[in-house]
Amino acid sequence: MEKVLTKNIRDNREPMWIAEYEKAGGYEAFKKALQEFKPTEVADLVKSAGLRGRGGAGFPTGVKWSFMPRFEERPEQRPAHVYLVVNADEMEPGTFKDRLLMEGDPHQLIEAMAIASYAIGADIAYVFIRGEYTECQRKLQRAIDEAAEKGYLGEDILGSGFNLKMHLHMSAGRYICGEESALLSALEGRRAVPRHKPPFPAASGLFGQPTTVNNVETICNVPHIINHGADWYKGLGLHKDGGTKIFGASGHISRPGLVELPLGTKLSDVLDHFGGVRHGHRLKALLPGGGSTPLLTDEHLNTPMDYEGVGAVGSRLGTATMVVMDETTPIVGVLKNLEHFYAQESCGWCTPCRDGLPWVERILTNLEAGHGHPGDIELLDLHVKLLGPGKTFCAHAPGAMGPLESGLKYFRDELAALIPDDQDTLGLTQPANAVSNS
Amino acid sequence: MKLSETEIAAIRHEMTLYEDPGAATIEALKIVQEHRGWVSDEALEAAAAVVGVTPTQMEAVATFYNLIFRQPVGRHVIMICDSISCYLTGYEEISAYLKKILGVEFGQTTADNRFTLLPIVCLGNCDNGPAMRINTDYHGRLTPEKVDAILAEYP
Repeated sequence: MEKVLTKNIRDNREPMWIAEYEKAGGYEAFKKALQEFKPTEVADLVKSAGLRGRGGAGFPTGVKWSFMPRFEERPEQRPAHVYLVVNADEMEPGTFKDRLLMEGDPHQLIEAMAIASYAIGADIAYVFIRGEYTECQRKLQRAIDEAAEKGYLGEDILGSGFNLKMHLHMSAGRYICGEESALLSALEGRRAVPRHKPPFPAASGLFGQPTTVNNVETICNVPHIINHGADWYKGLGLHKDGGTKIFGASGHISRPGLVELPLGTKLSDVLDHFGGVRHGHRLKALLPGGGSTPLLTDEHLNTPMDYEGVGAVGSRLGTATMVVMDETTPIVGVLKNLEHFYAQESCGWCTPCRDGLPWVERILTNLEAGHGHPGDIELLDLHVKLLGPGKTFCAHAPGAMGPLESGLKYFRDELAALIPDDQDTLGLTQPANAVSNS
Repeated sequence: MKLSETEIAAIRHEMTLYEDPGAATIEALKIVQEHRGWVSDEALEAAAAVVGVTPTQMEAVATFYNLIFRQPVGRHVIMICDSISCYLTGYEEISAYLKKILGVEFGQTTADNRFTLLPIVCLGNCDNGPAMRINTDYHGRLTPEKVDAILAEYP
């Protein structure tokens, strides 16, 4: 299978620096875009390629770009700045794919950002990186400096009249920073609290200016679409969605790691690339694409791993970095771990999320400790409804409910069995000889 | 108190990278922390003055983000990943072992000021779980024996 995003990446992740990257065909797509395409034509090409966001939501990238206001015909109305922001705040539990792209091939991301900035008319681009990714910071900063030195960034790039500045922003750490509008709040130097939409960032984003936010892996596809065309890109997928995907596996898997495969590769085949479930064990469940994606089980092994395929079996492709659990795994422990994460990382802005998630965590903690109460399972059901899509300000709490709802669906009996039959041991029932004060 | 010229210069540089210089609040806190190990109330107020925001605005940011330390930390900060992939591969055993040999709970610093132990959310090192980070170094596939050898590298 043809490697697209990872073709330049070496096992030791030592990147191709600019001379080697150019020798391998790097920055040719950027030159081609500047010389042969109008900005709107780049956006149209990406739209017809069917590229969808790889950060978890799967929104069509070209469509997102088409929301940006155009000022070519009315330059006098152009705002002070138009922004591209790359979301590299990779904090979804189980997800480690963007790190590979930033550490292994930083120039690919910079070239992609330059093309995307041209397509949307941005003059300033930021990479918003989680604070712990210091190796990504070091390599990307060197690559940005090299690109600027070569004239791929700065003023009047390659004589095209296009200007672009590029900066890194190292986050100080909160999962909510990965939410598109919260990320913009963080970039503005404030608490990473999500914003109401509309207005969407294309209308009012960073500092109130038109802004597009794209994930690292998503945007890294762009130079290849420019080089090879929309039909080539669509043909890379095996099912309905085009392109390749970086799949990952961690947890109870024989050879944890990352691999680039066509979108739509069957789940069992993806697992085979990692040597399958660890030796001597069988699959109990997996999170298909990070901590917020509903669990799948061994009944889903024939699922094509693309947006529609995983959606059709009640989950989401998410980041496609799978967390695998074998039959020794207590599901209550998995859910408690995940809900602890979401409770802790709630930004606290809206009440259902701020108060509901710790309650869910407490119920699961009690169940795990053997201190569950009758009605706990129904209380968890209630939270799934009350913290679900549309009930909270952003997608943080609904994301937290994904694994919980699926856990209740597939492992309800296992969870219910944790509630002690004899509630007297919990001190909940009144002793028969108790004397009332009334 | 006054920040050093180096700190002020670094913060002023960050302020040039944004349309609104106030956007440098987070980076200012990180710069102060890099030079002082943590962010005291006095350092926070001094950083706020350089950026041009109120101490309250700076405090709101400082208390929100995981990587800003508002209490002194030891010479080395251990952050052990407590998220799902590391949970499945033995995080609980490693964190219990660290607490035992260091004689501290999460959030505490050893009596000799050598290590501060903190939990951290997914480090993006899921294929090497259980994983931890000491200062800026990643360590993965931890076992108690391996932890002993790693800690010895941080005097």
